[in-house]
Amino acid sequence: MSADQTQLAFDWSCRVLSDNGCGFPAPGLQSFMFKPLATVGGFEFNKVMLLALLATLVIVAFFWAAFGKAKVVPGKVQMIGEAGYDFVRRGIVYETLGKREGEKYVPLMVSLFFFIWIMNVWSVIPLAQFPVSSVIAYPAVLAAIVYLTWVVLTFKKHGFVGFFKNVTGYDKSLGAVLPLVMVIEFFSNLLVRPFTHAVRLFANMFAGHLMLVMFTVASWYLLNSWLVVGAGVSFVMTMAMICFELFVQAVQAYVFVLLACSYVQGALSEHH
Amino acid sequence: MIANLVQLAAEETEQNPLVPPGPELLVGTIAFAIVFFFFWKKLLPNINKVLEERRAAIEGGIEEADAMKVEAQSVLEQYKAQLAEARHEAARLRQEAQEQGATLIAEMRAEGQRQREEIVAAGHAQIEADRKAAAQALRQDVGTLATELAGKLVGESLEDHARQSRVIDRFLDELEEKAEAAR
Repeated sequence: MSADQTQLAFDWSCRVLSDNGCGFPAPGLQSFMFKPLATVGGFEFNKVMLLALLATLVIVAFFWAAFGKAKVVPGKVQMIGEAGYDFVRRGIVYETLGKREGEKYVPLMVSLFFFIWIMNVWSVIPLAQFPVSSVIAYPAVLAAIVYLTWVVLTFKKHGFVGFFKNVTGYDKSLGAVLPLVMVIEFFSNLLVRPFTHAVRLFANMFAGHLMLVMFTVASWYLLNSWLVVGAGVSFVMTMAMICFELFVQAVQAYVFVLLACSYVQGALSEHH
Repeated sequence: MIANLVQLAAEETEQNPLVPPGPELLVGTIAFAIVFFFFWKKLLPNINKVLEERRAAIEGGIEEADAMKVEAQSVLEQYKAQLAEARHEAARLRQEAQEQGATLIAEMRAEGQRQREEIVAAGHAQIEADRKAAAQALRQDVGTLATELAGKLVGESLEDHARQSRVIDRFLDELEEKAEAAR
């Protein structure tokens, strides 16, 4: 696809039943490609990068306002920040890792949760309207960080042989099935897991964005002659999808962090 | 599997949404690193300190309330003990007063008895003394009187009984007169 087609590639003049001969500008991969906003020495800076950095800015700014000058008797912003912090700390980390073991991983998990969530939320923010995590690079980075954490932890905790026993689910009581289990576990834990970890988030956001774009575009496209009814339905669907996406965005952030915690827990546990 | 995907991606170049472009990886890493750094180094230690302080404050408040409750309890017990002691003391005093009163009455009664006996004894002694004095006096008088009477009887001739009788009567009359004169 050529570069001209990037940037929410759809023609505003295209309308159903109009006679300029263009069909429904269906969203596709081109909806996830952006022209660079600026090019600095061969480095192409695009909208997704901008949104990723804005996510960072928003998170740091908000939590700076909330926790920068934290007080024993909290203000409104601090109260909201504390609620979010507590949700991740108590609701995810302590639940899976326990208070004693988990405390060390709280900063990582809190960062992951809010970073992913805000990246997702851009999807429904006017003007942004694009989930950063629907570009595989961003979930991949985060999954890689979790993966590295897990590998290093497992090595540290169990040593070299212990590491392989841990990742292959070595258990003598399995008897004859053991080699099969070990192969499957090895692939599943060491190779497939980081991939699924990243793709789970990516695919959810990707699909959600496609749906949103499709209904949005369709609302415009159908806005002609008697098909305005269809446009109305499409618009209502857009609204419904926005609500649904808000839910999915939070759930995906939650699931990502929950899985990260369970991986860490697997590394820390004595028996796999 | 991943190798496959990478190969697939290489064929399609830029089109495969599963192949992360390098620059985006870099930006993603930086963006996350900043978030993580702030949370790790500054914001979470900040809030944890405050949460700890709050917990301490709440626990301190609870402890203080507990201490006050304990104190109130002990004061109440002390008060109750004092009250009981006071009641006991009052009862004891009453008892003592009663006992003292009883002793006093008994003592007074004994004293009265003793005085009465003394008075009675004194009376008896007085009577006895009077009686003795009277007897003494009578004895002396009787002797004289008997002698006098005998002289008179002898002086008169003891002729007849009638005379004798008269003499005796006369003597007695004299006696009576004397006695009346003496009174």
